[in-house]
Amino acid sequence: MKLIFREALLTFRRAPLLSALSVTTIAFSLFVIGLFGLVAVNLQQALRQVGERVEVVAYLLPGTPIETVTQSMKDIEAFPEVQSANYVTEDQALARARAELVEFHDVLQELEHNPLPASIEVNLKPGFRDADHASQVADRLKGFGFVDDVRFGRDWVEKLDWLRRIAAAVGLVVGAAFAIVAVIIIGTTIRMTVLQRSREIKIMRLVGATDGFIRRPFLLQGALKGLLGGLVAIALSFAACLAINRWLIEAAFFSREQALGIIGFGTLIGLFGSSTSVGRHLRRV
Amino acid sequence: MIKFTNVFKAFPKGGLGLKDVSFHVAKGEFVFLTGHSGAGKSTVLKLIYADEPVTSGEVRVSGFNVAEISRREIPKLRRRLGIVFQDFRLLEDRTAEENVAFALEVTGAKSATIPARVMRVLTQVGLAAKARAYPPELSGGEQQRVAIARALVNEPTVLLADEPTGNLDDRATRGVFQLLRDINASGTAVLMATHDLDLVRQAPYRVIELRDGAVVFDSAVDEAKDQAAGT
Repeated sequence: MKLIFREALLTFRRAPLLSALSVTTIAFSLFVIGLFGLVAVNLQQALRQVGERVEVVAYLLPGTPIETVTQSMKDIEAFPEVQSANYVTEDQALARARAELVEFHDVLQELEHNPLPASIEVNLKPGFRDADHASQVADRLKGFGFVDDVRFGRDWVEKLDWLRRIAAAVGLVVGAAFAIVAVIIIGTTIRMTVLQRSREIKIMRLVGATDGFIRRPFLLQGALKGLLGGLVAIALSFAACLAINRWLIEAAFFSREQALGIIGFGTLIGLFGSSTSVGRHLRRV
Repeated sequence: MIKFTNVFKAFPKGGLGLKDVSFHVAKGEFVFLTGHSGAGKSTVLKLIYADEPVTSGEVRVSGFNVAEISRREIPKLRRRLGIVFQDFRLLEDRTAEENVAFALEVTGAKSATIPARVMRVLTQVGLAAKARAYPPELSGGEQQRVAIARALVNEPTVLLADEPTGNLDDRATRGVFQLLRDINASGTAVLMATHDLDLVRQAPYRVIELRDGAVVFDSAVDEAKDQAAGT
């Protein structure tokens, strides 16, 4: 094990330029993925925030007793899709309309009696904030005898669903394309390192080194380069995020798990790239 | 020790490297393999250390059937052999002792025993004082001695030398050849490919001559025939 570490680290010392080039290439390839990831993370967050506003509102028939409403709200809150249910009385509805619709202030002031119905505002749990689930909840709410009408803004919820699907598809395709390009670039860089040491590999084999013995330092070296590249990529992404926050818009950074994921991805590509390059080379010599 | 029986070697891109080659090298023997460039000397050595596959025939080396050797067995075969080349094939960014130690490390030798074994073999080739020198700091003869030390460190039963003096001046050639003779005198079989006939004439060793991939002369066989004819 000591020998493997020594041989792997020796390469950094013997070919510092090529090693630095590999780490830089890996770092920039992962940085591109990182930037794309930042866009994806922020877009996802924006969509989640919009999704939080998906709400099913059940308007109640005038004169529904409060006891009936209170009893039914327990049933509604027990729906698997429902996060919370909030009862809004006629007076609260009018107060809210006065506060929010300032342009109708005069009209609302002159009302002789309150035309607004009481309602139950139902918020859905994350994962259920789409048109299908909202529609199912709406149908169940209509089954209550005191419910006059149910609205949930079907059009915009459907648009939100569509946006989510587009974002997921584009993210998957573009993300996969970036990842493939990164794998190819990183693989080529590592292959250069292997080719640079082809004479040494040949000599190693002549003195009786097994394929495993030759391969292991390369794997460790590849993984180390991937790890370093990943760390640099995260640092660059963080700097980019700070710059975006400072001069453009407020943007979120990766969670700790996501950052570790990118570093892990770099390490894995380094390991995988080394393994295939050195394996292919060993089969030829 | 080494036995070739009706060995043919064809190259994938066409051309026949060896044609019906048969010979036997006994334990502790010193054998010259001679012939012009392209006669097949290096091909014979490559078949012995399994760098090229055998097309047909049988090659047996230190108990290995090389014609049917698996990829996993090749390192084991090579650890039983010492190989020396015309171009030395040293790792230029490692010192003489590191080059020699490397051949031990790949076999998984205990690290505590390595320095002593390396120094012993460097002393044997007369280079103990230059153990810390890098190959570019050494003369051609000295580099070849490091290569011989590397070949010897695993205590091989056979030393294969492919034109070991090809890149050396007369003085260095004599020194390296004497070293090979000493190694042979201590019991290691030596198979040396060379086209230096002066060197061949200097020593009373067996000579196998190749021409166009075929054995055209084997002093062990031909002298025996002559003796039989004379009696």
